[in-house]
Amino acid sequence: MQDQTQPTTPRRTIDIVNASLKKRYARERRFRFMGAAAVTLGLLFVATLFADIALKGYTAFEQTYIQVPVDFDPAIIDPEGTRDPRTLADADYLAVLKASLRKLFPDLTERSQLREVYALVSAGAPQQLQSMVLSHPNVIGTATDVWLIAGGDVDMLVKGNLDRRLPEADRGITDSSIALIDRLAEQGRVEKRFNTGFFTNGTSREPELAGIAGALAGTFYTLVLTLILSFPLGVGAAVYLQEFAPKNRWTDLIEVNINNLAAVPSIVFGLLGLAVFINFFGVPRSTPLVGALVLGLMTLPVIIIASRAALQSVPPSIREAALGVGASPLQTQFHHVLPLAMPGIMTGAIIGMARALGESAPLLMIGMIAFIVDVPKGFTDAATVLPVQIYLWADSPERGFVERTSAAILVLLGFLVLMNLAAVLLRRRFERRW
Amino acid sequence: MNKTSIGAVLALSAAALSGQAFARDTINIVGSSTVFPFSTAVAETFGRGSFKTPKVESTGTGGGIKLFCAGSGVDTPDIANASRAMKASEFDACGANGVTGITEVKIGFDGIVLAQSKAGKGFDLSLKDIFLALAKDVPNDKGELVPNPNKTWKDVNPSLPDTKIEVLGPPPTSGTRDAFAELAMEGGCNTFPAIKDLKKTDEKKHKAVCQAVREDGAYIEAGENDNLIVQKLVANPKAIGVFGYSYLEQNTDKIQGAKVNGVTPTYDTISNASYPISRPLFFYVKNSHVGNIPGIKEYVAEFTNNKAWGPDGYLADKGLIPLPDADRKAAAASAKAMTPMPKPAH
Repeated sequence: MQDQTQPTTPRRTIDIVNASLKKRYARERRFRFMGAAAVTLGLLFVATLFADIALKGYTAFEQTYIQVPVDFDPAIIDPEGTRDPRTLADADYLAVLKASLRKLFPDLTERSQLREVYALVSAGAPQQLQSMVLSHPNVIGTATDVWLIAGGDVDMLVKGNLDRRLPEADRGITDSSIALIDRLAEQGRVEKRFNTGFFTNGTSREPELAGIAGALAGTFYTLVLTLILSFPLGVGAAVYLQEFAPKNRWTDLIEVNINNLAAVPSIVFGLLGLAVFINFFGVPRSTPLVGALVLGLMTLPVIIIASRAALQSVPPSIREAALGVGASPLQTQFHHVLPLAMPGIMTGAIIGMARALGESAPLLMIGMIAFIVDVPKGFTDAATVLPVQIYLWADSPERGFVERTSAAILVLLGFLVLMNLAAVLLRRRFERRW
Repeated sequence: MNKTSIGAVLALSAAALSGQAFARDTINIVGSSTVFPFSTAVAETFGRGSFKTPKVESTGTGGGIKLFCAGSGVDTPDIANASRAMKASEFDACGANGVTGITEVKIGFDGIVLAQSKAGKGFDLSLKDIFLALAKDVPNDKGELVPNPNKTWKDVNPSLPDTKIEVLGPPPTSGTRDAFAELAMEGGCNTFPAIKDLKKTDEKKHKAVCQAVREDGAYIEAGENDNLIVQKLVANPKAIGVFGYSYLEQNTDKIQGAKVNGVTPTYDTISNASYPISRPLFFYVKNSHVGNIPGIKEYVAEFTNNKAWGPDGYLADKGLIPLPDADRKAAAASAKAMTPMPKPAH
């Protein structure tokens, strides 16, 4: 009879596997696809961010200059003809500049028109003239063509950041100013050049004069001191904890605490720095010294953890062999284990320093969010650092600071990439596998 | 490890202290982020002369005055910038720490604007509208306080457009927010006679009612960065942003200021006080430091020079609204004489 149920043959394992195989492959493909999609999405965001910053920032590496025939009038600069450097330094270069600009536009005489003419060049232009005269006193009495830094609005207009097609009231720069700039441009007196000032000047309220030299120097002093403070201490602590310390409840507790410290938000270290270093020990505010103390504390756990991992990866046979030929435990560590662990330790240190380089929150508490024009010359001069400079510029109303902010971010990113690259290279070059 | 680190810290701070024992040769300025752009502009110009450029920290008014009042000595600031007058309690705290003899210098005004993208239609608000749109509790028809029911500007005032109330403004930690609450919200609040009378009977309650900002999403705290608010306004033409006048002035190609009580915020209307939301700005000088730290007198002279704070001065270019001529003259004279201020009334 046909209606009899067929005897069920016992299913073999291979059938079960075959039946589910398609599903399992699909599942794997899905997982791979999602992984690839996640990575692509991440890369896309990073690319967008970088492209946006680069597009906004690249113009800051150029600076508009205006050529002005400057009449170095001895009656204003050096009336007594002594060529005394003091007299030359204190002379009224603004008057020299104004007289030269008036000569460039002889048809403009009204006060409001002249104000517009004076605003064509930056507030830093008199300084330019002063340094010229001080280094070459023989220009006095001559009329020389000088390329002066253009004012902030002129710079924005020439770079196309202010749209000249907008109605005058909406533009931030007047029609008559644009006419003046066009007149100069026709005579070939307007030029864009590489902005060296961006790398050699301290900060300024005038975007066209602002540079990152002060922030870079502050960052340099802070990071050097951070490294000096945290590296020997961190490596020493790691060697002791990993190789010498007895394994008991106390060392366990210390280990847990170090791991915790590595995850503490950085602002907490700033508060600690304010309370302990500034208020208790009286370390001067806003200096690389106090910044480095705080950042050093912050990077210490990172270095300890990385160093311990690196020490752990050195095989025990090295230690045993050293001890076996009669080296003392200390010699074993310093002559054999530590050199082998060094690439790993260095990588950890560089990553810790890269984190310190990008940090601004803890510095908020210790007075490094400050306007400091003079480039710091030592560990106890008031200083600021690159991330803080970016924060301060991003908060400035002047239009010119938008591109400066992005350019400073580019520089910071450049340093971060360099440091992380160094970490990777060190690992590739020196890492030993057992 | 602990011993080593403490030892290192001790040694370093000892080295730092011995360096610090000598007198400081740069002026130390702290305080308001609103005065920061002006103070730094003066500091920079001043630094081009024969003195070192002062260090200016942006700590906020309250934090700045606290540092300023911590004592008198080279490790404390010489000048505190403030976007409001010093309070009596702060003056007392100063005195308790030995900081007596403080010179108060009023430097000008800062307007607070409500601005919108150029693409928007433009607003004409009264202080009452601002209060009704943003207060946490508003009086209903019977005069009882109820949680703010207004969803659109039309709900607030039938003559306003039918768009959702969306205001981007500074967080409570900001001085701009304090001033906005005090001048705009409280001004609008006092148009209700019942609430105005409350001030005489229960001042605390009055302040709570008038200055509390709604928390149901109509007022969006957009952070301290005013440039960011400008960007968000451009992206969303229906939103209104609250920030200092200088940001409006620098971005006239992107945003427009809303009229308040029928007055457009401009340089002139803020200066002659016809625009209602403006506040005075100050800085405070520690008289005991004058003479000990080089250049304080000269810095004050630079700041109170017409070249800087006058109507044609460079601070006006940065967005400072100067004092009227007579007031400016008086303020400059009192700053020059370093006349100590009396204790503030409240």
